[in-house]
Amino acid sequence: MQVPAFFEYQRATSVAHVVTLLERFGPEARIVAGGHSLIPMMKLRLAQPELLVDVNDLHELAGITVEDGVLRIGALTRHAELLASPLAGEHFPILHDAERVIADPVVRNRGTIGGSVCQADPSEDLSGVFTALRAVAVVRGVDGDRTVPMREFFHGPYETAVRPAEILVELRVPLQPGAGSAYVKVDRRVGDWAVAAAGAVVSLGPGGVVEQVGIGLTAVGDADFTAVEAEDLLRGRVADEYTFAAAGEAAATHCRPVADQRGPVDYKRHLAGELTVRALRDATARAHRGGSTE
Amino acid sequence: MTGTLEGCAGPGFGSVPRKEDGRFVRGRGRFVDDIALPGMLHGAVLRSPYAHARIRAVDATAAESHPKVRAVITGETLAARGMAWMPTFSHDVAAVLATDKVRYQGQEVAFVVAEDRYAARDALALIDVDYEPLPPVVDARLALSPEAPVIRDDLLDRTDNHVFDWETGDADATAALFARAAHVSECDLVYPRVHPAPLETCGTVADFDRISGKLTVHATAQAPHAHRMLYARIAGIPEHRIRIIAPDIGGGFGNKVGMYPGYLCAVVGSIVTGAPVKWVEDRSENLMSTSFARDFHMHGEIAADADGHILAIRVSVLADHGAFNATAQPSKFPAGFFGVFTGSYDIAAAHCRVTGVYTNKAPGGVAYACSFRVTEAVYLVERLVDVLARDTGRDAAELRMANLLTPDRFPFRSATGWEYDSGDYPRALRTALEMADYPSVRAEQKDRWAAFERTGKGPLTGVGMSVFTEAVGAGPRRLMDIMGLGMADGAELRVHPTGSAVLRLSCMSQGQGHETTFAQIVSHELGLPVDAVEVIQGDTDNTPFGLGTYGSRSTPVSGAAASVAAGKVREQARQVAAVLLEVAADDLRWDVGTGTADGGSFSVAGVPGVSVSLREIAMAAHGGLDLPDGVEGQLAASTVYNPPNLTFPFGAYVCVVDVDPGTGEVEVRRFVAVDDCGVRINPMIVEGQIHGGLADGIGMALMELVAFDDDGNHLSASFMDYLLPTAMECPPWELAATVTPSPHHPLGAKGVGESATVGSPPAVVNAVLDAIGVRHADMPLTPAHVWRALQGRPIRPDIAIR
Repeated sequence: MQVPAFFEYQRATSVAHVVTLLERFGPEARIVAGGHSLIPMMKLRLAQPELLVDVNDLHELAGITVEDGVLRIGALTRHAELLASPLAGEHFPILHDAERVIADPVVRNRGTIGGSVCQADPSEDLSGVFTALRAVAVVRGVDGDRTVPMREFFHGPYETAVRPAEILVELRVPLQPGAGSAYVKVDRRVGDWAVAAAGAVVSLGPGGVVEQVGIGLTAVGDADFTAVEAEDLLRGRVADEYTFAAAGEAAATHCRPVADQRGPVDYKRHLAGELTVRALRDATARAHRGGSTE
Repeated sequence: MTGTLEGCAGPGFGSVPRKEDGRFVRGRGRFVDDIALPGMLHGAVLRSPYAHARIRAVDATAAESHPKVRAVITGETLAARGMAWMPTFSHDVAAVLATDKVRYQGQEVAFVVAEDRYAARDALALIDVDYEPLPPVVDARLALSPEAPVIRDDLLDRTDNHVFDWETGDADATAALFARAAHVSECDLVYPRVHPAPLETCGTVADFDRISGKLTVHATAQAPHAHRMLYARIAGIPEHRIRIIAPDIGGGFGNKVGMYPGYLCAVVGSIVTGAPVKWVEDRSENLMSTSFARDFHMHGEIAADADGHILAIRVSVLADHGAFNATAQPSKFPAGFFGVFTGSYDIAAAHCRVTGVYTNKAPGGVAYACSFRVTEAVYLVERLVDVLARDTGRDAAELRMANLLTPDRFPFRSATGWEYDSGDYPRALRTALEMADYPSVRAEQKDRWAAFERTGKGPLTGVGMSVFTEAVGAGPRRLMDIMGLGMADGAELRVHPTGSAVLRLSCMSQGQGHETTFAQIVSHELGLPVDAVEVIQGDTDNTPFGLGTYGSRSTPVSGAAASVAAGKVREQARQVAAVLLEVAADDLRWDVGTGTADGGSFSVAGVPGVSVSLREIAMAAHGGLDLPDGVEGQLAASTVYNPPNLTFPFGAYVCVVDVDPGTGEVEVRRFVAVDDCGVRINPMIVEGQIHGGLADGIGMALMELVAFDDDGNHLSASFMDYLLPTAMECPPWELAATVTPSPHHPLGAKGVGESATVGSPPAVVNAVLDAIGVRHADMPLTPAHVWRALQGRPIRPDIAIR
């Protein structure tokens, strides 16, 4: 039976308490929320933290609201809550597209949004979603809050801008009225990590010209989960199949997938292009309908 | 469920709820890991990180000084007891704990016994093993090359990695037919390595009593009696002082047939500490080190005349057996029952050669619901028939229909010498094609393909089928044995004075519902309610000897034994009834009744109203009745059933898939399964078995794979990497039955546990390849494999993706 190594455990009573504990124990302390990545790693002894700081009582970290033109998603919000949130779905259908294909209901009931992005797994769905959305992370430490754009949040596999004595408290997504968004993923089986996935957020101007676009790519080796070249190519051009194909090609060319049992490099590169096209197609169709899924 | 169950009627039979589910649905099953004995210690296994390395030294002193560690067992400890090596089921030996070399990643090197499972794990990190890494043999196709390192240098005079050559069929007759064939199709197929992956991993609680000298082993054992003999042989404990108790088992699929080092180490741990020792492996250990399945590299050739009549099949196989030849199968069958590869067809000649090789991978093999490699055989022939259809421009269904054995040919002796007991294959295929509405699926496929050619967009539709013949229920004992133990099974039935009964069996359920099915067999024979029959299994002190449950043999062998024992009890009852009614036994007529607590009854022929029930007879048989000479009293009988032949269940499956050519994703849209397993004792349980097997088939066809990288690292050691199908990948199953009783089984039943696992993979693969118009690509057809097959560059599944 898999059992973790010895560790201490504290149930945090406030965010300030979390920061104090992290400060005191240093980098060998870990925050546990849903625990769906950390606990398996501990059981396999790939992770051996000395202290677990349980944040599950910190209800102030949970919840989805819209304030001042910003969709705010608390770090402790469960996947299931995001999937069930009409507010999130109304503004950004991409969030529901992605949540529908993340793991399974049991995991979604427990796993958190903050935990997912802080784990920074190279195949994490939400990483590509929030970079496509140009979300901003709010991180709290002893010196108070600071913000980090999601496009600067990821520092490599399993590494983020969050420092050892800091905690992610919130993700902020600026509302983009009229924008359409979508997420598409290929996996080997429901609940599996993505072989590749793409998210797109498209704002159209007069004549169907792309005013702003965000493209997030997952599992194809982009450290920042973003297809910048494809975005650059799209801005100012008419959103049609021809442009999508060119954007797909740019995404495929510039991604850096590695071969593993989910697929060889050429296939993943192909998928980066194909899924970019499909995400753009769906997001644009939604933009034409004013952003909604209907 | 549609179709007819005609022939399955009878008292006791039918879809009654499973007796065991009362505890399972309440979470009250009792599995090995639920067992807690007073003073029990916990074991953990140190495993090799290398696929191939020489062991220079093992230093356990730091682990031994851990305050909670009670013993550290190494290969040297075992060597001192003559237990460092154990015999395998296939005339080889396997290391219990490595002494000289490690030969696969995950191999057992040391065993820690500690006061709790946490300390046992902690102490593993304190054992210092000095390894000298050696180049591994990972690619089976290179195992026999002169440069390949010799894995088994422990064996005398061993200079290569060759395990065995085996052949079957008539090479000359086959060659003659190939020479005059109008058409020959060839194909290379890999049935890659997969794993049984039962929900419950393997585990044991070994409890050696120093005073009585008795060893009690609570273990996940599909074959408890065979295990008892193995413990006696390996540990040197007399067999009468060993008791194996298999509690509830959470799935086996062959994984729990074999003997594993962890079991033996727990026994030694209990002997040296004097306390019970529990060892339960974790998921990674289960996937890395216990019996794998398949790993057959096949080259198949199929010859046909100009009219599309199949004349002959020729096969050569390279079998990857891992580091020790430990395949669990009848000992005279090194390639299992692969010889049934002529399948359901009327084929005049066939020949097959199999070469087994050692590689630096886990041993075991021939587990996972395969009926001893019938899975590989069915996959081979069903794929070859599809390739032949494609190469000759024929419809796959029509080609099959034209070549199927017809009912008048049974009993049928195949070109490789197997005697099929009974079958009506054309009826099964006709039923399946009608249910699938085959012509309309073909029409839809055509439309989809046309749209794809116009727009470049999918989905593409494909339809695939298989008409499989299974071979299950081993022995007879004269032909089939496991380590010298003939494959026959006992049953003991006792009817208590008040008319309820207890049936003791040598087989062991792992979820198949034995407690219900076997009670139904007794109910069928004696008229007792199903609930009035207690079924005892899994405890060697309380059950008759037999070879256990695997290869779909419980109903064909133990089911027959139960029926025969019940028949003997009924005849005893007749003698007692004759005394009670003061008539000659021959004048009594048996009426099985309606399943009331009275049981069946004997009445006097021609004398209405004079009868006596089994319940009355049972009390009388235990009472003061003056019985004639030769009638012993009480109602109890035992038997040993030696099956005259295998039974040959069969079926026809049709699978419809949609494939997205842009991504390679496959959706199994429909699956029609027509199964014929003879008489169905509990049709609901049979359907449940079929559901599970179909899901297995989808898993193997589309996602399951044990792969290794160039260094021999296991790439599938968790359920994140070894993918099992979920409900989301399974369509609503469309089942139907035909019933062709087995002529030699007392109930007309055939085994069904593995039919769907055996029959479904080729149907799924044929459907996917049919959709994308590709002649052949190997399983698992993950999106990447499908897309690369579409590009004309299929992925080799048995080595890591590069």
